[in-house]
Amino acid sequence: MPQPLNYLRETASQTAGPYVHIGLAPGAAGFDLFEKELGTDIAGPNAKGERITVEGTVIDGMGAPLKDVLIEVWQANAAGIYPHPADRRAGEVEEGFRGWGRVISNFETGLFSFETIKPGSVPGRPAAHPPRRSADEEAKDALGRGRQDQRPMAPHLNLWIVARGINIGLNTRMYFSDEEEANAKDPVLNLIEQVDRRPTLIAKRGERDGKVVYRFDIRLQGENETVFLDV
Amino acid sequence: MTRMGRIGSNTGPGAAEYFQRDRTLHPPAYTPNYKTSVARSPRYALLSLQNSLSEVTGPTFGHSDLGPLDNDLILNYAHDGEPIGERIIVHGRVLDETGRGVPNTLVEFWQANAGGRYRHKKDTYLAPIDPNFGGCGRTLTDEDGYYYFRTVKPGAYPWRNWVNNWRPAHIHFSVFGAGFVQRLITQMYFEGDPLLPHCPIVKSIPDQDAIDQLIAPLDLNAAVPLDCLAYKFDIVLRGSRSTLFENRLEGN
Ligand SMILES: [Fe+3]
Repeated sequence: MPQPLNYLRETASQTAGPYVHIGLAPGAAGFDLFEKELGTDIAGPNAKGERITVEGTVIDGMGAPLKDVLIEVWQANAAGIYPHPADRRAGEVEEGFRGWGRVISNFETGLFSFETIKPGSVPGRPAAHPPRRSADEEAKDALGRGRQDQRPMAPHLNLWIVARGINIGLNTRMYFSDEEEANAKDPVLNLIEQVDRRPTLIAKRGERDGKVVYRFDIRLQGENETVFLDV
Repeated sequence: MTRMGRIGSNTGPGAAEYFQRDRTLHPPAYTPNYKTSVARSPRYALLSLQNSLSEVTGPTFGHSDLGPLDNDLILNYAHDGEPIGERIIVHGRVLDETGRGVPNTLVEFWQANAGGRYRHKKDTYLAPIDPNFGGCGRTLTDEDGYYYFRTVKPGAYPWRNWVNNWRPAHIHFSVFGAGFVQRLITQMYFEGDPLLPHCPIVKSIPDQDAIDQLIAPLDLNAAVPLDCLAYKFDIVLRGSRSTLFENRLEGN
């Protein structure tokens, strides 16, 4: 017998269940308990950049909207900086910018909606080896060996979706329809081999009452199933 | 400062790449004995990503986010008395797969009352609401990853799946970790619960060791004599690379 490796094993996931709001959004469950509910303000008052609204529904395999879903949002600020020590520019983030929020769908309609600022482009992974090849070759390799290249990532929101019936939180990303050029070069969108599935990650920009509103529907299953990520 | 395992020149000292998730121990998306999963499970394979800054970062929390009674479910909703039920302490550590404690991370928990009823407008079970029990709390781990809270033991409750399904007593947990890829929601169960082998949600986990890891043992040493019993529940989040081939990962 070889030596044991002695790693611990990750704790298994279990569904958030139908009453997830009690724990994570008690106001929505119908009672006030905490002085401060977390995740209600993603960008804070001082964030620079374009103020936007994002709305949509999460749709099940039978075409019905989920009325008990909870989504967490994690994003960079307008300069593409995450407020986290792993981002060496974290100190430049505006005071009060948390970059994280919790959103629940409406109990009657299933519509979710949140306000934030549009994030900037974020640095991608570095090359795993010193670049030996031309940018052209590097781009062609996006599918060949499936290595994400070091090009910057197009502006995006990172989303994490939990609900009753979802056994382990689903990760996905929301990109922006008005960033065509950046989206075309995005190393993650380019990893999606089936080109016609890429639009499932792109929110459509529109306007309502003078405000910018992006529509983003998430399809758990069935036609146009959203691309979910194993991060 | 350890630069080990950093994922690039844009990253600061806390940027480590996480171990891939062992999906064989987690429940798959589609578990037909848990009926709600049938229409809520993606059918296509997930797209595997290598970590970028978007994955290794995540929200951070501080004590200013919390109230003084947030980790005491016996007192945090007490109006004209304390809640009915078996008084318990739940304590343990949040660790990563390398065995290191995860410091200063937010742990949230929610549960039914001692009769098995949630304080939620969608819960219509006939067991009564406890006027002195809210059923949710939260805390930050300390520098060693340790956390604790006080509550009453939740009751089992029936749910509509098969006609006679009952959830074993459980407490829901939400944990953050340092990077968004460590995000985890799970449930803690209690040692000796006879409902455990009958629950389709428990059995959505395909690995018996992984199920056992969700079962908190009675911990008499942490009990408060004549006051409160205790259960111990450690939570393991994904680990991160620390020493291997640092220079290559740096790309220099
Ligand atoms: Fe429950």
